[in-house]
Amino acid sequence: MEYQTRSEGSYTVIALSGEVDLYYSPSAREQILKYLGRGQNVLVDLSGVSYIDSSGVASLVEGYQLARTKQLAFGLVGVSDAAMQVLQLARLDKVFPIHGSVAERLASDG
Amino acid sequence: MTEASPQALAEIRIAAQADELKGLRDTVRETVLAQGVDDKLAECLVLAVDEAAVNVIRHAYGDSGTGEIVLQILNNRGVLVFRLTDFAPPVDTARICPRDLDDIRPGGLGVHLIAEVMDEVEFVAPPPGAGNVLEMRKAITAESN
Repeated sequence: MEYQTRSEGSYTVIALSGEVDLYYSPSAREQILKYLGRGQNVLVDLSGVSYIDSSGVASLVEGYQLARTKQLAFGLVGVSDAAMQVLQLARLDKVFPIHGSVAERLASDG
Repeated sequence: MTEASPQALAEIRIAAQADELKGLRDTVRETVLAQGVDDKLAECLVLAVDEAAVNVIRHAYGDSGTGEIVLQILNNRGVLVFRLTDFAPPVDTARICPRDLDDIRPGGLGVHLIAEVMDEVEFVAPPPGAGNVLEMRKAITAESN
């Protein structure tokens, strides 16, 4: 797994790519919680994710919950088919705010 | 006429460590695709077996250090059988259950994902020297349903 971060609008975008499994999900979790901990809104770009397991999904849930606690914005963008399949199996596809792209999310924010 | 034995398709032995899981997943993916499973189901099967192995690493071996995991994949007349063996102390199977999905929290999803993907999941009697054997079965032909 690799990750890249960038700023877009009022968000820090964390783009994950590759396989987010038990070995790599601690890094994903660390990044997500780090930026939320700094009080920043976070979007996680999953367009480059070829595989995600329950530990990777747990990192996203943790981010979602921390954002709610801190009243920050959090969401997923560009969810790959592989990642969406797992989110659907976990019935989390209706829980996370999901948009096709960062631009789509920014437009929905108005 | 004797009943045909299950056909052994693959066997892999890995150290029970997170960085070994990719090899396990690759073996599952290659094996099930070679059986004619479509890409979508193949990825679901990869996920389910991976989650079972994650549970072995996290819960069966836990803090006791490392051990080994053996995965055997068989085809029993159109039913794919994934037999995952570890050498950890026996787990209390009564404590293993999927969590309520309405309770949105990190963790506890693995058992649910396995149950969603597989037709049957059960612990079977381990052979001498083994700790736990989890068998997961998935029918892949209409005849086997």
